[in-house]
Amino acid sequence: MSLWKKHEIFEKKSFVLLVGIVIVIAIGGLVEIVPLFYLKSTIEKVEGMRPYTPLELAGRNVYIREGCYLCHSQMIRPMRDEIERYGHFSLAAESMYDHPFQWGSKRTGPDLARVGGKYSDEWHHDHLVDPRSVVPESIMPGYPFLTGERVEDREIAAHLEANVVAGVPYTEEQIKNARLDLRAQADPEGDDVDAFLERYPNAIVRDFDGNPGEVTEMDALIAYLQMLGTLVDFSIYDDKANLR
Amino acid sequence: MAQTKAKYLTIEEGFFAAFLFVLAFACVIIAGKTYDQVMAFHTSIGALFAAVGAFVIFKNYFNDGGIEIPQEIGGKPNYNLGPIKFGAWAAVFWGVAGFTVGLIIALQLAYPVLNFDLPWTNFGRLRPLHTSAVIFAFGGNVLLASSFYVVQRTCRARMPGRIAPWFVILGYNAFIVIAGTGYLLGATQSKEYAEPEWYADLWLTIVWVVYLFVFMGTLWKRKEPHIYVANWFYLAFIVTIAMLHIFNNLTIPVSVFGTKSYILWAGVQDAMVQWWYGHNAVGFFLTAGFLAIMYYFIPKRADRPVYSYRLSIVHFWALIFLYIWAGPHHLHYTALPQWASTLGATFSIMLWMPSWGGMINGLMTLSGAWDKLRTDPVLRMMVVSVAFYGMSTFEGPLMSLRSVNSLSHYTDWTIGHVHSGALGWVGYISFGALYCLIPWLWNKRQVYSLKLVNWHFWISTIGIVLYICAMWVSGIMQGLMWRAYDRLGFLEYSFIETVEAMHPFYVIRALGGALFVIGSLIMAYNLYMTVRYGEAEEAETASGEALAPAE
Repeated sequence: MSLWKKHEIFEKKSFVLLVGIVIVIAIGGLVEIVPLFYLKSTIEKVEGMRPYTPLELAGRNVYIREGCYLCHSQMIRPMRDEIERYGHFSLAAESMYDHPFQWGSKRTGPDLARVGGKYSDEWHHDHLVDPRSVVPESIMPGYPFLTGERVEDREIAAHLEANVVAGVPYTEEQIKNARLDLRAQADPEGDDVDAFLERYPNAIVRDFDGNPGEVTEMDALIAYLQMLGTLVDFSIYDDKANLR
Repeated sequence: MAQTKAKYLTIEEGFFAAFLFVLAFACVIIAGKTYDQVMAFHTSIGALFAAVGAFVIFKNYFNDGGIEIPQEIGGKPNYNLGPIKFGAWAAVFWGVAGFTVGLIIALQLAYPVLNFDLPWTNFGRLRPLHTSAVIFAFGGNVLLASSFYVVQRTCRARMPGRIAPWFVILGYNAFIVIAGTGYLLGATQSKEYAEPEWYADLWLTIVWVVYLFVFMGTLWKRKEPHIYVANWFYLAFIVTIAMLHIFNNLTIPVSVFGTKSYILWAGVQDAMVQWWYGHNAVGFFLTAGFLAIMYYFIPKRADRPVYSYRLSIVHFWALIFLYIWAGPHHLHYTALPQWASTLGATFSIMLWMPSWGGMINGLMTLSGAWDKLRTDPVLRMMVVSVAFYGMSTFEGPLMSLRSVNSLSHYTDWTIGHVHSGALGWVGYISFGALYCLIPWLWNKRQVYSLKLVNWHFWISTIGIVLYICAMWVSGIMQGLMWRAYDRLGFLEYSFIETVEAMHPFYVIRALGGALFVIGSLIMAYNLYMTVRYGEAEEAETASGEALAPAE
């Protein structure tokens, strides 16, 4: 009886009830979230990881805008069938520059964590414009409007700067040349390609959408898709160092 | 009422008028300077809403000269019902809209041609519209309206403030409009159930803080010595949602003139914060808040006290403590460390107890009144909702287990699970509350037609059953097909074969959804007729009494 009587303080003093609730709901989150900022397995750096190029970042923003994450995951689980179907399981480090993460929660379509390099640019272009032209049973919406839409690049440097505030290590040079780099990556014949590749080694330079005239959202999205999961070289990756 | 006219606006009116004026001005500046069309559109809406709000404050002041609103009339509290009436109808409207969008996207999955290959009609943009419309627009308005009603009634006190309650309910719906149109136009931060961009989040934070003050203010003014159990749940819901909302949406805008922002968290940390948020949007928005509704409306409708007072204490504290931990069970086998996801699963299993504690407390409240289920379809709806609550809180912990999750994750099973909770539990308890609330608010004796409530109940129940069963079969089947191997040790099915196999179940699911939409339309008609033609209540009776404390 006495214990139940003691509970009266929560029922009679609204402020005590409020404070009680705040304390009780704070504990779980603190225990689960805080360690992730200093545990080795969650903050480890893996060779090959680099921030997105301006064009890839713009493509990623198209991916987010169109809600691709609602049907495509980007997180391969360490199970036999998934590894055979999609490739090496995803590492924490592979999404270290993802603000926000795109792991997804549903596979209405296949996982895209390692889709980079699996299909040609033309395939991606045709598939995005009319999915059923290349996969007849597909239930994906078509995105033909991406081909005519120029990438909005006036503020791309500010996008990089916002990422820097969030912790992505873009250099000042990368920020200064962001708009130039965005165009250079989709223009293999241009003069700025070498400078671009110096700033982003191993990035792919191609005219992704087959339309050399302008840099479209289709260019950006395909550039993003083609680099997904390709940064870490798993032939030299030491998985024992990152056991989880 | 021979009150003297106040010479000036009250501090509250002046504060809100000044705030809205500044806001309107800021919106106009941004709308003028930005070349982001979505931002221009949203700031124009914002400027319009804020300017109208400031105008209405002044108009009311000049109309009635700032006459003070009496706290009591004839010895009875003068409850503030206006914002509640608005919220109740907003809930009906958004409910029908949100269910309809759900039906559309269900059909898109069965017949992809319905995407029309346009930016603003494709699945990826409509799906967040659906989830936000049903969770935050429909559910949110039900919670806002019912909490304002319940807290006033159980405290026997009028809500504080003249503008503040209206600011909360209108401001919240303005947030819904901004968020919803934003999705269609492509403004999203891609965090599930937290898609609105930074400026909408900021606005919601302001609205929510005022909400907390109005709620706490009513508690401070209460005439009853005890805070009724429903209010504990409402308070936990308000406080926790504030915390989750703020931390999950910490974001760096590219500029104040653009919609785009980058979330402060990255990768693993962002995933953990997101599902800490995401699962507790379920735990506190869709559970704690609606349990509060259960704790007021079921005893009221059944005319019985809450079954066990002690059980309500134990399950309240246990529920809010345990729920917060459950988030990482969404991240089994991902790059999140295993200890974290296992911890999430462990707490999910423990959640069985307080969840079922709540269910038992709700169901057993009917002891001695079970016969009413035969005659009162509104009560039946609420009781079935509690049964669905029990079922989906049984299924949830099961799915949080590592081995089950390895099969169910990424499949339609999750979608089915969510909908048994959302359609069955949240939907039905909300419908029950609306069927009670609208006659009470408009002083009607009863809803227009109990027969139509009965139709609503059976049509949507069949809809839910079709929905859930279709998703169980398709989810488990797809999960099994993904991991199936043939005799030679190769994967048996290509991905697209598993997509093809889903088609019949997507059609059944859409059929179930259509039935649910039809049910909600019947409800909207019934409630409209209640307000328009319902038989008037003679004097304030049943709904005016204080609830008997359980013992």
